[in-house]
Amino acid sequence: MYILTMSLKHSILAVLSIGDCHGYQIRQEIESRTGETWDINIGQVYSTLDRLQRDNLVTAGKANSEGQISYSITDLGKAEAIHWLTKPIEQSAQSRNELAIKLALAVTLPGIDTTTILQTQKISTLQNLQLLTTSKMTSDVEEGKDVAWLLILDSQIFALEAELRWLDHVEGVLLSVAARGLAPQNELNNEPAKRGRPTKIQGDN
Amino acid sequence: MEQSLINLIAIHKTYGSGDAQVKALNGVNLEVKEGELVAVMGASGSGKSTLLAIAGGLEKPDSGTARVSGLELFSTTEKELSRLRRQTIGYVFQDFNLIPSLTAIENVALPLELDGMPRRQAREEAEKALKLMQISEIAKRFPEEVSGGQRQRVAIARSIVGSRKVILADEPTGALDSRTGEAVIKALRERVDGGAAGVLVTHDAKNAAWADRILLIRDGVIVDEATTKRDLKELIKNV
Repeated sequence: MYILTMSLKHSILAVLSIGDCHGYQIRQEIESRTGETWDINIGQVYSTLDRLQRDNLVTAGKANSEGQISYSITDLGKAEAIHWLTKPIEQSAQSRNELAIKLALAVTLPGIDTTTILQTQKISTLQNLQLLTTSKMTSDVEEGKDVAWLLILDSQIFALEAELRWLDHVEGVLLSVAARGLAPQNELNNEPAKRGRPTKIQGDN
Repeated sequence: MEQSLINLIAIHKTYGSGDAQVKALNGVNLEVKEGELVAVMGASGSGKSTLLAIAGGLEKPDSGTARVSGLELFSTTEKELSRLRRQTIGYVFQDFNLIPSLTAIENVALPLELDGMPRRQAREEAEKALKLMQISEIAKRFPEEVSGGQRQRVAIARSIVGSRKVILADEPTGALDSRTGEAVIKALRERVDGGAAGVLVTHDAKNAAWADRILLIRDGVIVDEATTKRDLKELIKNV
């Protein structure tokens, strides 16, 4: 979700680089061009357009008879859209991998059966993979409009496959660690913390 | 109601003896109905290939019952079992097993001809199978003249030709590239949908996902099973 939110600004610029559009039209264009997988809030489109206008990336025209305002991209906006399309996407540290964190914590907790956690996750991931594959089976690649949808599906399929391979890898690592008698740390470290949250001062808010 | 074409009950199989003894299967049950594709996943040595070999009547279990297409495999005569293997069960292996001196269509028609079908009729059946695999254009080429993906599709055509109702595939996409591998599995899926029962042994989750059910096997025991449940829209939006 984080990545999708972040790319709304640039998706709007990408659509406006084809021609002028009003808000609803921008939303429709983005949704249809991403395989209808992105349910965009129209309020978010307008607030993003306001920010793009503030940053001189788009300009707003006058309202038509139906009150719709048409937006145009500026040269600066075009440059920004091209920059976004051509630069690699960094996998942001902010989109933390909850599964990796959960498993990393789980192996250090006493009495937690990591084999069961791994297996439960594997089944869930496999089910999702089956679902995406079923959808792919019924998609008609010959129809141009399905290409965007198939690209999104394939992206998710490859991501889930990678997750499953990683889960297999984790299982192997844990087996090998157990075989060598190396247990991860599982007790609390009771040494006084060298740094921490400062003591609250009386009268402070 | 769909007919149960594969029915394995309480299958046990052990290899070796003494310290070297390995329990390949330890009380496995497996039922596959017509129109159903079941994938079996597990680490090397987990017993998945043994399961396939027993379902195909190629290996005998130490105990348990194996019924395929209504016939109890290991209490029947060798003659009956051979006939079942030739007429009902199709195998697909990673290494294709095609005969290099025969063309694609001759390779596909061979099992039918060996079974006594007149040559012309066997060719017609082989043509149908090649068409289903979308490789009619290579019918007269020899295995070495076609790509790995096409060879594998010839192998699948041979496994499904005629009236075979049970298809057993062991890592059928082997070293094929991702798109060719997908085409091979898709062809297998379509054949099963057309009225067969399929078991697919694979380590590749992307392939397994084409199945109706995915079984996880570990140390000779089926430990879990995945079937599709969740809503697609919800899944996509949560990614």
